[in-house]
Amino acid sequence: MDWKKVAVPLAAVIVLLLLWELLVWAMGWPDYKMASPSDLWPAFLRYQNLFWLYGWQTLWRTVVGLALAVVFGTFLGMIMGLSKLMNDALYPLLVGFNAIPKATVVPVIALMFVGQHDFNTILMAFMISFFPIAVSVSIGLSTLEPEYRDILRSLGASRFTVFWKIALPKTLPEFFGALKVAATLAFIGTNLVEIITPHGRGLGHLFQSAQTNSDFPLMFAVLLALAFLGIVLYYAVVALERIFAGWAVRTAQ
Amino acid sequence: MGNLIDIKGVTHAYKTKSGPFPVLRDLNISIPEGSFCAVVGPSGCGKSTLTRLIAGLMFPDQGEVWLHGELVKSPRKTVGMAFQNPVLLEWRTILHNVMLPLEIVAPTMPRAQKEARARELLALVGLEGFENKRPSELSGGMRQRASLCRALVHKPDIIILDEPFGALDAFTREDLWQTMHQLREKEPFTALLITHDLRESVYLGDQVVVLSGRPATTQYVMQVDIPGPRPLEMLYRPDSIQRLATLRREIQIAQGREVA
Repeated sequence: MDWKKVAVPLAAVIVLLLLWELLVWAMGWPDYKMASPSDLWPAFLRYQNLFWLYGWQTLWRTVVGLALAVVFGTFLGMIMGLSKLMNDALYPLLVGFNAIPKATVVPVIALMFVGQHDFNTILMAFMISFFPIAVSVSIGLSTLEPEYRDILRSLGASRFTVFWKIALPKTLPEFFGALKVAATLAFIGTNLVEIITPHGRGLGHLFQSAQTNSDFPLMFAVLLALAFLGIVLYYAVVALERIFAGWAVRTAQ
Repeated sequence: MGNLIDIKGVTHAYKTKSGPFPVLRDLNISIPEGSFCAVVGPSGCGKSTLTRLIAGLMFPDQGEVWLHGELVKSPRKTVGMAFQNPVLLEWRTILHNVMLPLEIVAPTMPRAQKEARARELLALVGLEGFENKRPSELSGGMRQRASLCRALVHKPDIIILDEPFGALDAFTREDLWQTMHQLREKEPFTALLITHDLRESVYLGDQVVVLSGRPATTQYVMQVDIPGPRPLEMLYRPDSIQRLATLRREIQIAQGREVA
């Protein structure tokens, strides 16, 4: 049965690529209007070393930004989930901050930290992705049924023990749900900076160069590479979820 | 033996925006060691407040709660609790759920000893062979059995049962009642049970305390001097029917539907 798990999504990808190829061929679109899948592989091979180099740059900066978002988001969620006062105080701020289109923030941080390209990219990946983590952790903690707390509190357990033994593990499924969203958001943050700021690095920069040269197959190849990295990171999160919150996945009867 | 629990003249009110909201007024309950006290009363008459006072999670405005000759001033390690919602931890197996209180109360106890104690109790309630299952793999009645084991595992002075059988179907509930009697025989404990079910209170209780409507005070105390383990048929005998009728009348008075 296991092979189906790989074969089914793989077949879906192949079907999609075939339909795309067919569409471009049937419409007779030239390369500069819409690249077809068969153009992508040559484009990738031609710039293969750049793909590896830039792909790695994009990936590590996204992961570092995401890791910071996990630490900060969990901390913020803890404060908001455990204190009603802090929740009331911080929630509107957080929503407002999240509502600001991040593309408008890129020039601001580019001016504030001129030339600190790695730092700026990580900062943006972090800023765009901590929100869902903070919200889910705070909701997970504040919706803990009082009986769970009473069972341990009546034995004289400290607040920290209640948090460590019950509240934290109970929040893990929500946390990982948010982390899946945050992982893809972090990629958007990284690429925003890479594309908007001049003399950037990473796959966003490669995309930008391709656009300047009207190299449509290369642009599409970069998009696919980004999609591939997104899938890799997503499934890395899924693997972590299996390890730490596997109990939340009900086995099919 | 003296009383394990003495609740003396307890009065308590919640502070709300529209002023104090009295829930308990001059409440007196005494529970001798090893005995089972069932508390019945109209909905919302402050029964759950009572459990939190005994557990030391809250403190009364007036009056005193004595446990084992000591004034209750803070949460104690000598209380076990079970609720209508079994609140088992889904990421732990049944065995490890039952071991949880020992991790708090006796952190230095060797792991093997904790495990042996938990297994012993699980076997007593008929959950042998389910030790390594997850709570979600068990039926509602089985989860409640595990919850009872968790309340008892650290040999508490008293177990506080807040409608633990309330959400179960009638047959499962009767099974659990019998399990309670079997448990008391092998693992003697003192218990305070909050319930809405008069038959349950008469079948399980050595004394049944009827609380009045809010603010609750002790309205009526009935002694049920029948040694355990009691057969379920006991409920259908005339003396039990008579007891149920008396309790029913007292509840109606408590609800204000009938004048004493």
